[in-house]
Amino acid sequence: MKNKYSIFSLIKNAFSYHENWEKAWKDPEPKREYDAIIIGGGGHGLATAYYLAKKHNMKNIAVVEKGWIGGGNTGRNTTIIRSNYLWDASAGLYDHALKIWEGLSQELNYNVMFSQRGVMNLAHNLQDVRDLKRRTHANRLNGIDAVYLNTEEVKKFCPIINTSQNIRYPVLGGTLQRRAGTARHDAVAWGYARGADEMGVNIIQNCEVKGVKRSGDTVEGIETTKGFIKTKKIGVVAAGHSSVIANMAGLKLPLESKPLQALVSEPVKPIIDTVVMSNAVHAYVSQSDKGELVIGAGTDDYISYSQKGSHDIVEGTLNAILELYPIFSRMRMLRQWGGIVDICPDASPIISKTSIKGLYFNCGWGTGGFKATPGSGDLFAHTIANDEPHKLNAAFNINRFVSGDLVDEHGAAAVAH
Amino acid sequence: MFLINCPFCGEREQSEFKAGGEAHIMRPKQPTELSDDEWAEYLFMRKNIKGIQFERWNHVHGCRKWFNMVRDTSNDQIKAVYKMGEKPPLK
Repeated sequence: MKNKYSIFSLIKNAFSYHENWEKAWKDPEPKREYDAIIIGGGGHGLATAYYLAKKHNMKNIAVVEKGWIGGGNTGRNTTIIRSNYLWDASAGLYDHALKIWEGLSQELNYNVMFSQRGVMNLAHNLQDVRDLKRRTHANRLNGIDAVYLNTEEVKKFCPIINTSQNIRYPVLGGTLQRRAGTARHDAVAWGYARGADEMGVNIIQNCEVKGVKRSGDTVEGIETTKGFIKTKKIGVVAAGHSSVIANMAGLKLPLESKPLQALVSEPVKPIIDTVVMSNAVHAYVSQSDKGELVIGAGTDDYISYSQKGSHDIVEGTLNAILELYPIFSRMRMLRQWGGIVDICPDASPIISKTSIKGLYFNCGWGTGGFKATPGSGDLFAHTIANDEPHKLNAAFNINRFVSGDLVDEHGAAAVAH
Repeated sequence: MFLINCPFCGEREQSEFKAGGEAHIMRPKQPTELSDDEWAEYLFMRKNIKGIQFERWNHVHGCRKWFNMVRDTSNDQIKAVYKMGEKPPLK
């Protein structure tokens, strides 16, 4: 049993200069066999393992990660959480996640710094206005909080936005989801890792998967850099590298992997206390607790696994940011990075069984997977444990690309990628 | 960001081009005969290779012509560029 984090444990450890904190998770060598293996130690993968152990009583499981946990897209996103998606299926999926976020720090006994500071989506032309109003109504019918704001209300909610009607893409209005916000992305991975480890899950880092062994249409195990590991169930949560794992198993997925960039500025005093996203001009910005502006850029349009994006993408985003927030014109950018995102043709994820028995995929989150981390893990764990999808992720099966029953969320992806 | 040697215009910045995805996907010869699975395969399923990939590009802010490229997607190095209809130079 791990020691509970509390103000008392903080005080106690202060006396030993914080040098004797218990390790949050162990670093075991892989066993020869597990009941299930999760490939990918990001937020979604660790959450899957956590819920498999907690809700489905599967304790003999492992998470294998080729690098270190949370070192992929979990540590590279812009930490935005919201659930204002258009279609019923998506609303169910993302709001399920948002509801778990609301109690996650308490559940994990780990402060994920979830901050419901609101997310505002701006409209810059009449079609944006119509789309956002439609989405607001759709959200409210699904029980998701959403309000439509006119230009004055946008200005009141976030005073630094330039609402002059003389700019190239003037602000005509926007939507606001007050329950939305941000969380500390690393803490999410670490909190789930700690929780899963406590229940006996093996978290194996620096262990790259080299092959998926199957006999006929059933999986038998995985070849890794730490040797062969036997298992009957494999859950793949490899984000941008999902297709690489799929190719090992002889499957093809409807995914394209592309670099997505983000950048942060030098830290400044609090200036923006919400998250503002703008689809038409492709700019979104929030401020971290350290004071940095966190800015998301777009994807490059070519397939790449290089974790490097193009400068013109960053330039385009910063142009838009500066027109909307002239106050930022003299800020300097501190860091810029890229992550590889796996994009589905309909901009919705896949949480699904496959044609191979015992092989499950949780992928295709594209540019917006972080917000869904707890819900995704919960539903994927359900799918793996029962070999059947939960009703909330039934629509997100691979077969929708055959049946044509797509969940087109390009509009609610909030920024056009 | 990288430079692309357009077979018609010469070397230009990548931002002048539009990526067209995986190359050599044949349009079905008998569309009416296709099953739903075959349609899904043609429309949506992609190899999405990490490594040497054959792909289509369009010089959209230049000559606007389509051509093919062989590129290593793990480091964005271009191995070859060839015109539409030509045989791929590498296997």
